[in-house]
Amino acid sequence: MVMGSLKQETEVVVIGGGPGGYVAALRAADLGKEVLLVEQREAIGGVCLLEGCIPSKTLIHAVETLQLAADAKQMGLNFGKASIDADKLRAFKQSVLDKLSQGTAALLKNRGVEVVRGRARFDGAHSLALEHSDVAGVEFKHAIVATGSRVASLPMAEDAGVWSSTDALTLPEIPARLLVIGGGYIGLELGLVYAGLGSAVTLVELLPQILTGADPDLVRVVHKRCKKRFEQLLVDTKVTAVERRGDGFVVSVKRGGDALELEADRVLMAVGRVPNTDDLGLDKAGVALDDKRLIEIDDGCRTRAPHIHAIGDVTPGPMLAHKASRQGKVAAETIAGEPAAFDNRAIPAVVFVEPELAWTGLTEAEAKQEGRRVKIGRFPLTALGRARTIGRTDGLVKVIADEQSDLLLGVGIVAPHASELIAEGTLAIEMGATLEDLTASIHPHPTLSEAIMEAGEVAAGSAVHVAVSKSQRRS
Amino acid sequence: MTEEATVFEFKLPDLGEGIHEGELLTWHVEIGQVIDEDAPLVDVETDKAAVTIPSPVGGKVLELVGSAGDTLTVGEVIARIETGDGAASAAPAAAPPAVAQRESAPADSEAAPAPAAMVPPQPAAPAGPRRGPVPAAPATRRLARELGLDIAQIPGSGPAGRVTREDVQRFAAGGLEPVTAVAPDDESAGTGAAPSGIPFFELEPMPDFSQYGAIETKPVRSIRRKVARKLATSMIVVPHVALMDDADVTELEVFRRRERRTDERRLSLLPFVVKAITECLKEHRMFNASLDPQREEIIYKQFYNIGFAADTPRGLIVPVVRDADKKSIIEISAEIYELAVKARDGKIEVKDLQGSTFTITNIGPLGGTRLVPTINYPEVAILGMGRAKPQPVVRDGQIVARTILPLTLAFDHRVADGADSARFMSALVRRLSDPLDWLLAMKG
Repeated sequence: MVMGSLKQETEVVVIGGGPGGYVAALRAADLGKEVLLVEQREAIGGVCLLEGCIPSKTLIHAVETLQLAADAKQMGLNFGKASIDADKLRAFKQSVLDKLSQGTAALLKNRGVEVVRGRARFDGAHSLALEHSDVAGVEFKHAIVATGSRVASLPMAEDAGVWSSTDALTLPEIPARLLVIGGGYIGLELGLVYAGLGSAVTLVELLPQILTGADPDLVRVVHKRCKKRFEQLLVDTKVTAVERRGDGFVVSVKRGGDALELEADRVLMAVGRVPNTDDLGLDKAGVALDDKRLIEIDDGCRTRAPHIHAIGDVTPGPMLAHKASRQGKVAAETIAGEPAAFDNRAIPAVVFVEPELAWTGLTEAEAKQEGRRVKIGRFPLTALGRARTIGRTDGLVKVIADEQSDLLLGVGIVAPHASELIAEGTLAIEMGATLEDLTASIHPHPTLSEAIMEAGEVAAGSAVHVAVSKSQRRS
Repeated sequence: MTEEATVFEFKLPDLGEGIHEGELLTWHVEIGQVIDEDAPLVDVETDKAAVTIPSPVGGKVLELVGSAGDTLTVGEVIARIETGDGAASAAPAAAPPAVAQRESAPADSEAAPAPAAMVPPQPAAPAGPRRGPVPAAPATRRLARELGLDIAQIPGSGPAGRVTREDVQRFAAGGLEPVTAVAPDDESAGTGAAPSGIPFFELEPMPDFSQYGAIETKPVRSIRRKVARKLATSMIVVPHVALMDDADVTELEVFRRRERRTDERRLSLLPFVVKAITECLKEHRMFNASLDPQREEIIYKQFYNIGFAADTPRGLIVPVVRDADKKSIIEISAEIYELAVKARDGKIEVKDLQGSTFTITNIGPLGGTRLVPTINYPEVAILGMGRAKPQPVVRDGQIVARTILPLTLAFDHRVADGADSARFMSALVRRLSDPLDWLLAMKG
């Protein structure tokens, strides 16, 4: 093929086909732009679809189903001993990924978005060079950088056969003993998956709390449950060395003054993610990085070079698929000359643990850090009819509002289906709702969603289903 | 022909640009009294001036809302007056207010100085100063962007200050005043310290002074509150720099004293300084400007309205000499005198206090050698005049007595630099020190 010597021209090029990039490509195409999407992988979908959100949720659902069956014993339902066919589970998961990826590719094709395989680097302000591709390069008017992030690693764990989250999600085996380094959402979710599948899991976290960033009162519920599921849950513990020994590993840790050695058959490293901004030739395009190697953008997702946009994990903010998708739309609309802006007040965060943990808007800690005067309403699931009927009363809903105006600032939920329930809080915050708006809206009975209304009533001092303390009543 | 008695509801009319409320000073009538059309009804003091509001209709006063010291809101019904033939016969039956309003509408729009019916309803003010993002639905925020508006400047009528679609449309049509970064009207903070978001800066509650001795408290209202707001805003928002210099006004003083008038209208130094400043502003336009921090723009004004700080029984106000560039020194002098008298007597009108582009504060006659004045926000600079008095000065190696006027120019360093201020000050000092050259060269 002689195509390799030619550069293809396009109006808009999107680099990266994850949940940010493919959404941006679809939206730009809908707005009448000629769009070309460069994707390095074989399949469309990025980390989220191929080795992140989607496969992990598939496995988590499987494990939850096992747990539900076990919990059903208290209702007098006995299913006998569960057995796990790992091959079939793996195949089911793969079929989920294939269907979603093919569906996305079909949408791109349907919109006339050209997908080009290859690894892109800027070699000019309006030009990309492509490697491992049929196309030598792309000349563009506008570009959207959506190259995402990759797993971070601790230096001592490199090249030692340690799993990353990507490895763990392929379900290569179910080890007897798994040691998870990192108590963030990835470590916890995968730790619980393997614990559910039968591994004896030890989790090590450097900081004094798992799930840093979430409010401690919500985390406490998860921590308690994880302690039951895991062999050991060690916070305030620093990993000093990871060594292969025989078929397994020895992980040296420091806890307080003590040095411990932990043995495991497998080690999973889940210590965060780093943005894919290196080796993109961004300097050749005039795109600036901040000190965390993230791309600086304005609220229209424009970089320092205004014809180049950046979205998702390569930009400041939480590394979450839904944030990337929203930014993708903003970037596409900005390119089309529309007055779009990423001015969202609330980016929901969800941790698919047991029970699920989700929050949106400000956390209590953030509100206090900003020096805001807030009123807080907490409603425990033990007081909720629906939670009783499903036998899952661990958890609570928390509502944070401005003390003077009752403006809703944040919602935190630790409850079954918190991932679904949190949407109401996000909409309410985006709309500028007050506690009154929340509590005067009818919530269906009996459902878990009532807990949001109830927590709002506690904050407003008008709750009927809990005893309200004097101090709350006054506020 | 018979005209039925109707009740006219008098709403507090628009008191001028940006004024939404005023403090009731005194009623000119009592309930039951008959008032003529255009006769004084009530005195109201706003943040800017005291005004006497005439009655737009003649009739019998049925009701007066509020007493001295109360805060009245523009658009609020402050009096009910029975009009028509029935008023004389003191018929007690009051017609429904809606009817009264409709029937009195023509009289309303002709007689009232500022017809109440024309005042758009004022939205509920936000509960407090805005913190963080403005509460507004995503579609409303988008609408604001489409109209090229900064949603942070749009006052919200909804609960918790939520900005509605209608608020954005009304703001776009010019019907709403922008939200400024001033403190809220209500006494904020409650009991604890109010965090400011600035490290180490917290407004702590006042200690209980009464434990150390007797105290008296008085609410901060009207002009005092306006002054407090304006100067706090100025000091927090504007990076102030002050440049000091002396003008040798010996010759100017000789010239000035040749004027024969000896009464209150005699020439003071101030009109000379107003004129000289005006000329300097023409040459150095950055001192006749305002910086819009929201839009990141400097607004250069091509008119020269010079405000001068006046000490009145009600507090500090700043009357404005308009178009000083088009007026002679003697005209400026007369205007300053008239404005000062009006200010002293509480007769100053809102329009006399608006539109200044530069302010002079002349503390000299009251005492004090020098002062560092605070900029009259949103202007860029202010000139402080100290006391002109004889001083020993070295001239040609000899110590001689000269009349020295100390001057301080405080300016906004965001707009002007030290070198600009030095050039500006030199131009001013040159004029005041060498009046012959200046006045001979003066145009227009």
